[in-house]
Amino acid sequence: MNQIIGYLITGVGVAFLFLGALGVFRLPDVYNRLQAGTKCTTLGAFLSIIGVGIIEPAWFFKCLVIAVFILFTNPISAHALARASYKSGVKLWDKSVVDKCKEFEECTKVDPVREPFSNGVEGKK
Amino acid sequence: MILIIFFGIITVAVVLALIRALKGPTSPDRVVGVDIMVTITTAFMVLLALFFKRRIYLDVSLIYAVLSFIGVIAIARYLDRGL
Amino acid sequence: MKSGKVSRYIVTLIFLFILWVLLTTTLAWEELTTGFIFSAIIAIFGYNYFTKRGLSGITLKGIFYFLLYIPVFFWEMIKANFDVAYRVVHPKMPIKPGIVQIKTTLKSDIAKLILGNSITLTPGTLTIEIAEDNLLIHWINVKTKDIHGATDIIGKRFEKYLKVIFK
Repeated sequence: MNQIIGYLITGVGVAFLFLGALGVFRLPDVYNRLQAGTKCTTLGAFLSIIGVGIIEPAWFFKCLVIAVFILFTNPISAHALARASYKSGVKLWDKSVVDKCKEFEECTKVDPVREPFSNGVEGKK
Repeated sequence: MILIIFFGIITVAVVLALIRALKGPTSPDRVVGVDIMVTITTAFMVLLALFFKRRIYLDVSLIYAVLSFIGVIAIARYLDRGL
Repeated sequence: MKSGKVSRYIVTLIFLFILWVLLTTTLAWEELTTGFIFSAIIAIFGYNYFTKRGLSGITLKGIFYFLLYIPVFFWEMIKANFDVAYRVVHPKMPIKPGIVQIKTTLKSDIAKLILGNSITLTPGTLTIEIAEDNLLIHWINVKTKDIHGATDIIGKRFEKYLKVIFK
């Protein structure tokens, strides 16, 4: 019984992993790619690891540690990447409707002590 | 048997993320591609642990998740102010 | 709100010890003793960075709301995934991205961290920057550009729980 439930949960997780990768492949700019990438792969990895824990009950707690670790750290690394790419000057997609970030100097200022020696956009300057 | 099908789907997903990492067009795009690839690989290793019935693979997967997190944070810091 | 050294030390010790038990997944007494000793040593160096609140902030109501928060969060996360999956699979990709600003009334750093992470994992939103009490959010399908409207749609459903947990 718990074999069936476990394989079902793992299957849903694997499907979400695939959709996340497809989103990273298809969407137009880095922020949209991060959206699809973090959400789908976080839930996908979480579900497939928990599913393995259900199939093999002896491994459940170890799987739980890995899954919770991914659940906590993935949004943080997505946030760090989004912030870094905004600061390094990656433009939003052409069809974006609004950009409130321009009004805040936290988003655009760089550390005055250490000048950035490479802006993220290739071929600029 | 069903695990083999899962492995096939995951392989396609990794290839899609890898194409994004190779295509760019900007450096953050490549980092996103690699980050997604690493998260998928972490789940893949847990499934491999189930396939081979080897518990030690779970530890490998945990360490892989920790290292990818630290790596992405370091790259993000490099992109916004140059290490 | 800094609480005493002893209570902060105890929180760190308990957290590290639970982590050890989960990682080794055994209850043999040798393992438990080794884990306790190493947790005690690491907690001496780490408690100062690990927590500022210690045991003082924990109330029964806070724990109850935290348990209530987990299913709410998971439900939002599953909805988010179906939403994003629909946008990705749809051949025309119905997206309308933009960066909006919302306000938060939360004060402590850890509460803002959890709010930001929850927003990142829920429907079509990604936290880009936190500046004082403003959060800048990339929204995959912008419904309103107004600050108050966006706050109501994005932030409200988590804030009412987090306000009680970290007051």
